[in-house]
Amino acid sequence: MDLTIAALLAQDGITNGAIYALLALALVLVFTVTRVIFVPSGEFVAWGTLTLAGLQLGKASGIVGLLVGMAVLAGLMETWRCVRAGELARLPRALALWCAVPLAVAAVLWFAAPMGFPLLVQVLLTLAAVTALGPLLYRVAYQPLAEASVLVLLIVSVALHFTMLGFGLWFFGAEGSRTPAFTSASFTVAGINVSVQSLLVVGTSLALIGALALFFGRTLYGKALRATAVNRAGARLCGISPEFAGALTFALAALLCGFCGVLIGPITTVYYDSGFLISLKGFVGAIIGGLASYPIAAAGSLLVGLIESFSSFWASAFKEVIVFTLIIPVLLWRSLRTHHHEDEE
Amino acid sequence: MSGPLLVVSNLCVSYGKVEAVHDVSLAVEEGSIVTVIGPNGAGKSTLLGAIMGTLPARGGVRYGGRDISRMTVEQRVAAGLVLVPERRELFGSMKVAENIELGAFARLRQGDRAALRVRDEVYARFPRLAERAEQEAGTLSGGERQMLALGRALMARPRLLMLDEPSLGLAPLIVREIFSIVVALKATGVSILLVEQNARAALEVSDYGYVLETGDCVLHGPSRDLAANPRVAATYLGQAATP
Repeated sequence: MDLTIAALLAQDGITNGAIYALLALALVLVFTVTRVIFVPSGEFVAWGTLTLAGLQLGKASGIVGLLVGMAVLAGLMETWRCVRAGELARLPRALALWCAVPLAVAAVLWFAAPMGFPLLVQVLLTLAAVTALGPLLYRVAYQPLAEASVLVLLIVSVALHFTMLGFGLWFFGAEGSRTPAFTSASFTVAGINVSVQSLLVVGTSLALIGALALFFGRTLYGKALRATAVNRAGARLCGISPEFAGALTFALAALLCGFCGVLIGPITTVYYDSGFLISLKGFVGAIIGGLASYPIAAAGSLLVGLIESFSSFWASAFKEVIVFTLIIPVLLWRSLRTHHHEDEE
Repeated sequence: MSGPLLVVSNLCVSYGKVEAVHDVSLAVEEGSIVTVIGPNGAGKSTLLGAIMGTLPARGGVRYGGRDISRMTVEQRVAAGLVLVPERRELFGSMKVAENIELGAFARLRQGDRAALRVRDEVYARFPRLAERAEQEAGTLSGGERQMLALGRALMARPRLLMLDEPSLGLAPLIVREIFSIVVALKATGVSILLVEQNARAALEVSDYGYVLETGDCVLHGPSRDLAANPRVAATYLGQAATP
């Protein structure tokens, strides 16, 4: 291996690592606020890629079907809740939030799909659609179980992963898709070929991480999410409802996963079931951060990307094995170093 | 307005099959301090939890003339019913200033732009918090933590403030400070429901008192009368009962 190959592998690793970092952040966010291990994050990634690929062919039926289905389900659940609690006055607002908004997003996609808008608009439409699915999934599957134990929530997550896999196959089909690169430009620095595409991926990830840091550090809602993660009981007593925090968290997580899907589309062919493997790598990064620390999770994901890329050169058949074996020493180290929180179940 | 600010009638709270609070009724008049005293495990904290909505309960809870027994915790906070729990429940890894700001969350979410203006009053009342605004809440001492919990609760502009054992685990000097703050709050028009094991101090500052024992309200009356009651004196004030 000479320096050029090493530089290429490093570039690959950093590009993928930046994408895994976004996933890791989504997983840490969801776990700290709602105690849910977000196994179906991979489906959001795959749906992001497949939606963008569909829009480029002038089709949006897959994601529109998912949005309509979820919105109807959430609407029925809200209606049932309001009727049972005898609070019909709250129904219009609930329906506007849970039905009208996602249906509006679906309608925009439906009409925009055949228009052949520029790539940037299609990316924004994709992100809007995937983001809208996040709170819907929380409302339908997790909110009724908000008080359940971490294990029950994990079991639900695994079930959702398989359910969503099925719906993904149904709505998007078994065909794999790859989206065109945002740019094919490249330039040479010190004899090493750098593609603008990878710079774009890394830059987008960095910008998103910066935006998240600002959101959590400066805005009221960001602080409210952090407060819920730190002390759920205290947050309730300040008037921060767990439902609000959960829905907002899932919207953010879905947005991050949507970004991953858009960014990974030009790198690899994505099928309806490709998301899981991608999200598992983000999960390794999140585990390195103990499902708690954002910076360590991001750094861990970068490490995962680099290890993956170098192992694909030396032992490509064992690439995944090497990446996932990484989790064992990490877990050992973490279990030896950290002590259990006393007030966790 | 007519009638007390808070009326609790025949409240029962159970943990599984164990009934922790049995048929308790109490009332808090607007602008008064009402205390609930009793030994450990009498159900005092449970009672506050049920009024706040963090624990499921049977029975009536009326606040400001409205039945609030089906409201969520968040709706009660937004209505000005605020609890400072025994465990304080601060956001330990967040800054003191952030804890204070989040106390106003319900108000800010309702679109009350002036909600953060209360911050100046809170810092004026607790200068220690202003000094430590940039520190993490988890690094504060016990007394400072209680002050932060109080300050955070005040940010919600409570109409009825419920305090669960505010003196627990604090040095006597700080306990006195906390109680003087409670009295000062009453002067600003906040009604207070105070749960305490420190019966002497609680009866001194309050207008009316209830004695809770193993989930039952065994005695109630104006605080002065309770303090003079031989049984209360013997059990809770550590005085020999006058024959």
